[in-house]
Amino acid sequence: MIPALVDLGDFPILGRPINGHRLVYLDSAATSQKPRSVIDSLIYYYETTNANVLRSVHTLAEESTVAMEAARAKIAQFINARGPEEVIFTRGTTESLNTIARAWGDKFLETGDEIVLSPMEHHSNLIPWQQLAARTGARLRYIELEPDGTIALNQVQAQLSDRTRIVTLSAVSNVLGTFNPIREVADMAHQVGAIMVVDGAQSVPHLPTDVQAMGADFLAFSGHKMLGPTGIGILWGKSSLLDAADPVVFGGEMIAYVDRESATWAELPAKFEGGTPHIAGAIGLGAAVDYLQKVGMSRIALHSQQLAEEAYRRLAAIEGITVYGPPAPRTSVVAFNVTGIHPHDVAQVFDSRGVAIRAGHHCAQPLMHLLDVGATARASFYLYNSSRDVDALIEATEETKRYFTR
Amino acid sequence: MNLDDMYRETILDHNQAPRHFGHMENPTQVVGMLNPTCGDQIQLELKIHDGLIEDIRFSGQGCSISMASASMMTEAVIGHPVSEALALAQNFKTFITGGTSTVPLGDLEALHGVSQFPSRVKCATLAHNALEKALTEPS
Repeated sequence: MIPALVDLGDFPILGRPINGHRLVYLDSAATSQKPRSVIDSLIYYYETTNANVLRSVHTLAEESTVAMEAARAKIAQFINARGPEEVIFTRGTTESLNTIARAWGDKFLETGDEIVLSPMEHHSNLIPWQQLAARTGARLRYIELEPDGTIALNQVQAQLSDRTRIVTLSAVSNVLGTFNPIREVADMAHQVGAIMVVDGAQSVPHLPTDVQAMGADFLAFSGHKMLGPTGIGILWGKSSLLDAADPVVFGGEMIAYVDRESATWAELPAKFEGGTPHIAGAIGLGAAVDYLQKVGMSRIALHSQQLAEEAYRRLAAIEGITVYGPPAPRTSVVAFNVTGIHPHDVAQVFDSRGVAIRAGHHCAQPLMHLLDVGATARASFYLYNSSRDVDALIEATEETKRYFTR
Repeated sequence: MNLDDMYRETILDHNQAPRHFGHMENPTQVVGMLNPTCGDQIQLELKIHDGLIEDIRFSGQGCSISMASASMMTEAVIGHPVSEALALAQNFKTFITGGTSTVPLGDLEALHGVSQFPSRVKCATLAHNALEKALTEPS
């Protein structure tokens, strides 16, 4: 019996009944729910300090700037960046990855260069590279997955060459919940002179993150999957690489000097933050990091892994259920299908019982093709879930089978 | 929201035993359509002569609502003129978003409950959008 890691009273939405049932929220891989402290930080910002940052000398502007920069410093420390200037605020993982492809890729890739990635990537860590390849004449090379969906290092090696410029990989699969060997792949990438890009959308919310220990050159993640607001995310990069790359959004606050014909760029991080940033979102993400650190990332990692493995075990024991990927080790997400019943119909029956799961292709169509399915159901867990929620998942699965075979 | 409002017996029946499912020889029209948000896909094959739908087949994969709706649609249009089939598709789309159809919809009326579930309306209309495409695009 695995209890929730936190007081459910911290999350106001979890008190809301759904279709007459207790809400069992199993869709945190899509977006997490928000604790009261994060919601309050947004209200506090708008009610007491709201002003544009970095521009004015009045009290409100000063306080807003201090609060946003404090959040940046907190996030830098949370991922063990070398300094806050390496932490760029974006809208989320998608924008962060697109920014890397544009800012670094457009500048440094040439015809015939190669980008190595896996077929399990979320579309946000796939399409920016397809587009970069189309713009530059570079080529995509795919790591062949093992039969259980994991990545073997010899298959990575097989795709590397002296033309490899970028290797990109999700740290945790958003469908399989598996851990990818980031440190080892980063070392192999560096040996051939490539940079290592890490999609941390599903890993940063669940695992302790140390960008230096993981050997990454860039890391992208989203605030809203780690208790923060939507519309805020992080692009972390080594300052030497960010300095060498070109900005991609031009306008206010990202400049040093402007005349009629040309402009020069601001120092990091402002160079990549053209326009007024999502100040409230940044402050809210800082509050989310406070909450996560109070609970402890090591405890969260253990919790997410235990719940995902329990859910896998219990789902796989039901007749007619296919669960995707290896039973263990895995974290936070479990994708499955009920034989003969489309995942949308599964999710509809679940919803009638207050159980929120995702159904669809999870923005990972190439992986769906490999698994030879059009879509799957997916349950995902976070620090407010418990074995009681796995019970609800199992009961809803049994009910779905009954409902469609009556 | 009651599940039984959506999953009427007729729907489960069409889903379990879809009518006109499969392929035909020498179709005059073939169209495919995807629902990009959920990955559902449908292919329609039709044999049209002198403005009459002589035969129709569908294939693909999707949820019970999209498969049942496709199956019901084929029953409603087979043997009917193209103009009636187009009117049916248009009226069904009005009906499934809460409006009133001016033509009889047959078994498709069982899908009425879907209008209460906005996220599933696109499942119900997939086959009808494919039919419109097949009947309005040059072959």
